[in-house]
Amino acid sequence: MSGDKDRRGFLKSLGRLAGLAAVAGLGAWARPKMSDFQSRWQLDPRKCVQCGRCATACVLKPSAVKCVHAHAICGYCDLCTGFFVSQPNSRNTGAENQQCPTGAIKRAFVEDPYFEYSVDPEKCIACARCVKGCTSFGNGSLFLQVMHDRCQNCNQCAIARVCPAQAFSRISSKNPYRLKGAA
Amino acid sequence: MLGNGWGFWVSAGGRFPPPEFTGGYRMPGLNPAPPPAAWLAWLDVAMLALALAAMIFFAHRKSSRRGILGVAVFSVFYFGFYRHGCVCSVGALQNVALAAANANYDFPWTVAAFFVLPLAAALFWGRVFCAGVCPLGALQELVLWRPVKIPAWLERGLRLFAWAYLGLAVLLAATGTVFVICRYDPFVLFFRLHGSFSMLMAGLAVLALAAVVGRPYCRFLCPYGVLLRICAGLARWPLRLMDEEECAMTRICYQECPYGAILRPVPEKEGGLGFGHGRLALVFAVGLAAVLVGGWLGWRAAPELARWHATVALAERVALENAGKVKGTTLESRAFRQLGLPADELLSDALRVRRQFQFGAPLMGVFVGMCLAGAFWRSLRSPPARAVFSIDPSFCLVCARCLDACPVLKKRRIAAIGE
Ligand code: SF4
Ligand code: SF4
Ligand code: SF4
Repeated sequence: MSGDKDRRGFLKSLGRLAGLAAVAGLGAWARPKMSDFQSRWQLDPRKCVQCGRCATACVLKPSAVKCVHAHAICGYCDLCTGFFVSQPNSRNTGAENQQCPTGAIKRAFVEDPYFEYSVDPEKCIACARCVKGCTSFGNGSLFLQVMHDRCQNCNQCAIARVCPAQAFSRISSKNPYRLKGAA
Repeated sequence: MLGNGWGFWVSAGGRFPPPEFTGGYRMPGLNPAPPPAAWLAWLDVAMLALALAAMIFFAHRKSSRRGILGVAVFSVFYFGFYRHGCVCSVGALQNVALAAANANYDFPWTVAAFFVLPLAAALFWGRVFCAGVCPLGALQELVLWRPVKIPAWLERGLRLFAWAYLGLAVLLAATGTVFVICRYDPFVLFFRLHGSFSMLMAGLAVLALAAVVGRPYCRFLCPYGVLLRICAGLARWPLRLMDEEECAMTRICYQECPYGAILRPVPEKEGGLGFGHGRLALVFAVGLAAVLVGGWLGWRAAPELARWHATVALAERVALENAGKVKGTTLESRAFRQLGLPADELLSDALRVRRQFQFGAPLMGVFVGMCLAGAFWRSLRSPPARAVFSIDPSFCLVCARCLDACPVLKKRRIAAIGE
């Protein structure tokens, strides 16, 4: 009886050693893969088809995805197709004339005939309407990005799962944005 | 002039050169906020280690239910509500699988630590992680109200589901399909206070069940729990009751354990039955059959499983549309056409994923078959003789209810305080 116990205790110790060795082996094997950086979710704006799911699928309300504006490639158009709906009653900034359902885009006169557009991330809900207008008919300077000051970095991003264009992927936090118009 | 919509307006090419400003306008830059500092992720690891240490102290040193529940409440708030349940050790096993299969994946140190620490702790002290460091376990621990006893045979059967779930989760993570553990995590939406209606219903149902059946997720489903079972089975200092001489045989511990982890005494004779040649052959035959059937089923299920991968689903859809076999389009197929990506690339990607499944799914089937065969073997083998009630460390979730309730141990604790 006690011999039996001794034997089992011994086997257990062996097993534990094997377990520790497995852990160490796992570490040694994974060492070159391991990274000081986190992996972060990001979407590729060149793949985005502006389906609107970024607004609804994110676990955060409002979404961690926001519209950003690359001024460097913007045309500063008076008649911005990201700002105005396609058949505005007049070129004034009344809510009924704006693409943005929340009035998140600010239009400011720069100099004749140019206007500057900027997005207020506090108001943007990532519906991508402005992005659609700008990408379809303009320069595509408005685009969506996962904002890392908001994103919870879910292990499985809820938007990535339903993005019809498979635009989401895990990328390194070393360079966690995919910007347009960057040099 | 505005009446025609954009079509007329952009017909001249539609893309506008950036203007040259004359009035000294300064263009705003584009500098979106960086991710949270890296040390915050290490803070999570430190919290994990700290919570594990606290658990070892309260469960092993103090047998203190109150201390254990305190750590559980902390975990629910810190790892749950504050960190929104991500990343957790249970989910981290998928990151390990992905890192094993995909060389391009940046495998963060901190996630590796989340995976390893609870297993390492289990090798010495049993499943102290489950006791209440794991936010999923902690939540279920806190809602347990009136546990009912489940018959041992049912308990053993249900436990097998966790092995199958582990196999599936590893397969889907390694192929980059989806992190299914996160996708179907029944509790994370409570932590985030947001989620789909169906997951909310599922989560509420599991919680309601957890009020009367102790920790259903942990005992029957948790894929990480499978690894913890193995490590805890080898534990150096598992939670223990006592030796034969002292036990008063009150059965109180057996009644108290809501997780079916107390082993009843087994008389010497019953345990003496040998393992004849006939039985050995039977076990071997059943094992072989289970493995073969598992592998075959996996092989057959591979194309169906591969369809969970977005690329495979898309390629099949596009092929059907092109062949005129389905009417209409989906958002996915429209997106694909709109982007004008090369079709042969999609096809070769899809075929590569399909091959991975054709290789991995049978492997998974064999794995599950082996688990079933192992369970069968164990059901035949008579357990070693035990004189007293004892704890099965593989399935003990270190809640310390038994230690807390045992009258002998209680007396011992009081005596210790007296000294
Ligand atoms: S239109 Fe939608 S995506 Fe664009 S700024 Fe407004 S809320 Fe954001
Ligand atoms: S990782 Fe989570 S929080 Fe971030 S964008 Fe995706 S769903 Fe939203
Ligand atoms: S069994 Fe799984 S879910 Fe339950 S406490 Fe342990 S690791 Fe967490």
